[in-house]
This record gives sequence, structure tokens and C-alpha cells, in this order.
Amino acid sequence: MKRYQNLLLMIVVIVLVAIPLWMVQKPAPGPDGKEVEIFRGADDQAKDIIGKLAPGYQPWFNPLMEPPSGEIGSLLFALQAALGAGFIGYYLGMSVTRAKMRRELDREAQC
Amino acid sequence: MHIMEGFLPVKHAIGWSVASAPFVAYGLHTINKRIREKPEQRMLLGVAAAFTFVLSALKMPSVTGSCSHPTGTGLGAILFGPTAMAPIGMVVLLFQAILLAHGGLTTLGANIFSMAIVGPFAAAAIYHLAKTVKLPFGLSIFLAASLADLLTYVTTSAQLAFAFPDPAGGFAASFAKFATVFAVTQIPLAVSEGLLTVVVFNALARFNPQELKEMNVVTAQEVQA
Repeated sequence: MKRYQNLLLMIVVIVLVAIPLWMVQKPAPGPDGKEVEIFRGADDQAKDIIGKLAPGYQPWFNPLMEPPSGEIGSLLFALQAALGAGFIGYYLGMSVTRAKMRRELDREAQC
Repeated sequence: MHIMEGFLPVKHAIGWSVASAPFVAYGLHTINKRIREKPEQRMLLGVAAAFTFVLSALKMPSVTGSCSHPTGTGLGAILFGPTAMAPIGMVVLLFQAILLAHGGLTTLGANIFSMAIVGPFAAAAIYHLAKTVKLPFGLSIFLAASLADLLTYVTTSAQLAFAFPDPAGGFAASFAKFATVFAVTQIPLAVSEGLLTVVVFNALARFNPQELKEMNVVTAQEVQA
């Protein structure tokens, strides 16, 4: 059980991500014929709520730099994830090797 | 959970920045002190930062039909204590605010407060509480990381409700609206974050038991178990 725990946990995470994709159906276009968007960012939806609560509110500062397109945006997000995952992978790889070498040293010392 | 650039009134933006600044300064101090005393922990600090980088880049779908992302601050808060996460969270938020127009400089203070202060403090407190009542190691980590994630989004909802109270129902009605968008969406994502944090801790407990013992994260018996 302990041995396969991490594998099981990963599978549960994948299932958790997949369930909404499968469950949430795209609603039919509204009376104005516009497609209803699903899986929008929650941050965007919060912006809509602000628009309803305070219709006169104008943002008083704009981002200094915006990704020129959605593609560039996803490039930067992928870069962020890759940097993080790369470092974690390096550290775990190093730790595995170190633990193995330690075990071998112990065995040699016993001989 | 990122409040967008310019979307907090000036007074709120300044207020949250002033509230977050001492945590970031004290956090830098604790990190510097720790690295001076135990330079070998530098790599593990990098892992904590890297985990936050990965998780906050992953926008995942939720059953509410919208997308959001985990925060990844629970891991570092359990390893290094909550104060260390304030500067680390700030680096991640700055990266996203400057390069991605995700979050913002004027809302940086408020976003640091929810993601890099409330979340980590909640994680550390829940972990210690779970250990005091002797819950199993994995369950303690799971509860700490997932509730910290959820509380971060509850905080964001409260910050927005505080800035934009409902004309009729005031703070409570507005909080209910923001929490439906943020906190409810976040529930399955918080579970995912909790599970992923357990995965990393399982690996650390197996390959780096010495480090975890030194950092008082686990006791000697737990490592052998």
C-alpha cells in the first residue's frame, strides 16, 4: 500500500481534473446567439461581479506589460511550471542517488 | 485568487501593502538567518519555491465550470515555517504580475496577504494541531495544505467584499457572491493540492529523512514507519 501510495494519489488528482471536463456541459447559445464560454478564469468572473456591484468603478492602474496574445501567455505559464518542475526533479533525483550511495557505503562498511 | 491590476481602490491597495510589508521583511530575515546557520537547507528552500511556481501556474478546471489554480504554499510553510513563505510568494506573484498581467503591482500587497501570509500561517497552524491530536503524517499534511489553499481564496473573497460591498446587502451579500466564484470553485483544486503535497512529502520522507528530522517536521519514529 505504502509503495503504491504516491501512484494512487497522482491518479486521484488526474481524476479530479478530468471529472469537471466531463461533467460540465456547454450550455446552448443564449437568445443573442452568443456562445456561452465555459471554464473561464475565476479572476475574470470576479471582475464581472465588481462590474455589477460598482458599475462606475474604473481600474486606476493598468498592467505595465501584457502578453501580446493568449499563446504568449501560455508560453510564460508553461515556462513558470517547467522551471519549478525541473528544479523539483533535479532535487529528487539527487536525493535518490544520495540515498542509494549511502546504503552501499553502509553495506561495504559491514563487510 | 489574483485580484487584477487596478481593481482595488487606492486606499485598500495601500492598506494591504502596508499590512503585508512587515511579513515580507521578517520572512527575508528568517530565511537569511536559516541559510547562514544551515546552508545545506538551501536546496530544500528552492524546492519549496519551485513547488509554488509549478502549482500556481497550473490552471485547473473545476466542477463550477470555471478555472482556477492552487497556490502550493503549504509545503514550504510546513518545512520552513509560515514566515519564510511571504517573500517566496512575493517572487511568484511579481513574476506573474509583471510578465503575465496576472494579478498586479497595485494589488500585490493584497495578493501577498491572501496567498503568502494567510495560507502559510493556516498550513503551519493546522499541521501542528493535527500533530498534537496525533493524526497520521499523510493526513496531517493533506489537511494543512488543502485548507491553506481554500483559506487563501476565502481571504481573497473577503478582501474584494470589503472593497466592494453590495449596495443592498453590504459586506455579507458581497462576500457570498465572491466566495461562490472563488471558494466553491477552489474546493476540488484544494483537494488536488493537498494530495500533491502529500506526494512530495512521501518522497522527502523516503529519501531525505535526515533533513525532515532536523527541521522538526517529523519525529524519528515516523521516519522509520
